[in-house]
Amino acid sequence: MMLIPCPWCGPRPRVEFSYGGPADRARPADDAPLEDWTRYVYERDNPKGAARELWRHGAGCRQWFVLERDTVTHAVAASHPLPGAEVAP
Amino acid sequence: MTRYSALSLIRQGFAGHTGWSRAWRDAAPQDHYDVVIVGGGGHGLATAYYLARNHGLTRVAVLEKGWLGGGNVGRNTTIVRSNYLLDANAAFYEHGLKLWEGLSRDLNFNVMLSPRGVLNLAHTDAQMESFARRGNAMRLNGIDADLVDLPSIRRLAPLLDTSAEARFPVVGGLIQRRAGTARHDAVAWGYARAADALGVDLIQGCEVTAIERDGTGAVTGVETTRGRIGCEKVGLCVAGHTTQLADMVDLRLPIESHVLQAMVTEPVKPCLDTVVTSGAAHCYISQTDKGELVFGGDLDGYPSYAQRGETALIEHVCAAAVALFPAFSRLRLMRTWGGIMDMTMDGSPIIDKTPVPGLYLNGGWCYGGFKATPASGWCFAHTIAHDHPHPLVEPFALDRFARGATLDEKGVGPTPVLH
Repeated sequence: MMLIPCPWCGPRPRVEFSYGGPADRARPADDAPLEDWTRYVYERDNPKGAARELWRHGAGCRQWFVLERDTVTHAVAASHPLPGAEVAP
Repeated sequence: MTRYSALSLIRQGFAGHTGWSRAWRDAAPQDHYDVVIVGGGGHGLATAYYLARNHGLTRVAVLEKGWLGGGNVGRNTTIVRSNYLLDANAAFYEHGLKLWEGLSRDLNFNVMLSPRGVLNLAHTDAQMESFARRGNAMRLNGIDADLVDLPSIRRLAPLLDTSAEARFPVVGGLIQRRAGTARHDAVAWGYARAADALGVDLIQGCEVTAIERDGTGAVTGVETTRGRIGCEKVGLCVAGHTTQLADMVDLRLPIESHVLQAMVTEPVKPCLDTVVTSGAAHCYISQTDKGELVFGGDLDGYPSYAQRGETALIEHVCAAAVALFPAFSRLRLMRTWGGIMDMTMDGSPIIDKTPVPGLYLNGGWCYGGFKATPASGWCFAHTIAHDHPHPLVEPFALDRFARGATLDEKGVGPTPVLH
């Protein structure tokens, strides 16, 4: 099984985690044009290869974090806490 | 092309089966075609066939980077049905099921359609209510549907655990009796052979690397690993990898690619003559003509382009199958495999023109591509030939997301992994 390095708990089995969509999507302003909202809500880069994704350690610390992963080989490159989250001691 | 018939079989039997001709030519790419279809799977081959048969377009090439039928048409669980709630889906898939019913005769190729019924199990009273709603919607759309009680289910699937102690106690179900299974490989081969007979070039080992456009942005050809091929129109039928082709023309799509696994047990004597599905247990199961139990479940749950999945999901699906059919716990699992799904943001497919003149899109099939094969080819061929969507696929337009006109059968919103 895939091991995912939780930034808070260390490497844990994949089944403890759930995928939560692509990382780095900027939420448009509330009054942004409809096209911006369509792009944000529906369109995806859907990369083949290196990807940056949001994951959640639901069966562990319940924290969201960013996972760098390859969508073809499933190799995990790195994980990062979300910007603003404090790094565990 | 040798026409297949009982007579030709007897004649060949006496001749030691030495006189059969190839099912299709191994065509080399020409310089120019009217239409190039990218992707030699079920949908691409069906589209090429209907372009030739329904619209008289025979200067058509199907380009396949691997071998014909090596993708999802050969990787699914072979279920065909039209038991949909929403009108647009019901009309489209019912058109497809009617095409399925005449397909073997139409293609002169036995696709082994087996209308053995697809039974959806209800495990709660609330689920029975929702099945009644869907069944009524189907009947209003002229599609057969029967709500069945527990004694009927015991007759339909005697090995199913219908006891009160079952992990998922069954309270009833919804059956579409005209639904069933078809031989998936035969569908690809049948369409390939019939399209080839009408003059379509089927070109294997030919990967599209770029889409060529003129100053106005219109499509003028494709670059491939076997050289440039000029054409007026390009149709994309590459579900799983639609994003990679769309990236070539900077078209962003409401699609995320996921892996869906399926698996078969060792073959046993006939023991299950209907397709049984359970949404609660996340499992659908049927028995092949060879006797194997074939089943599948949910997506692995995160984007993937690997045509294989993880063991946790296999274990989960097997656990569900065994919970439904305890007798199957003694069977050995023989093979597992994965296919890459274009998961859209509303769980429904996309068949449409694109903002690029001469480029047409067929993709986003989620789990449902196989049963759609004939209807998809039929409607996509019309869309390409007339440069206008077939009426049945107007609701599958690419701009439905921007318009807020999504077709969300399950009502879960733009979270592809849940569709």
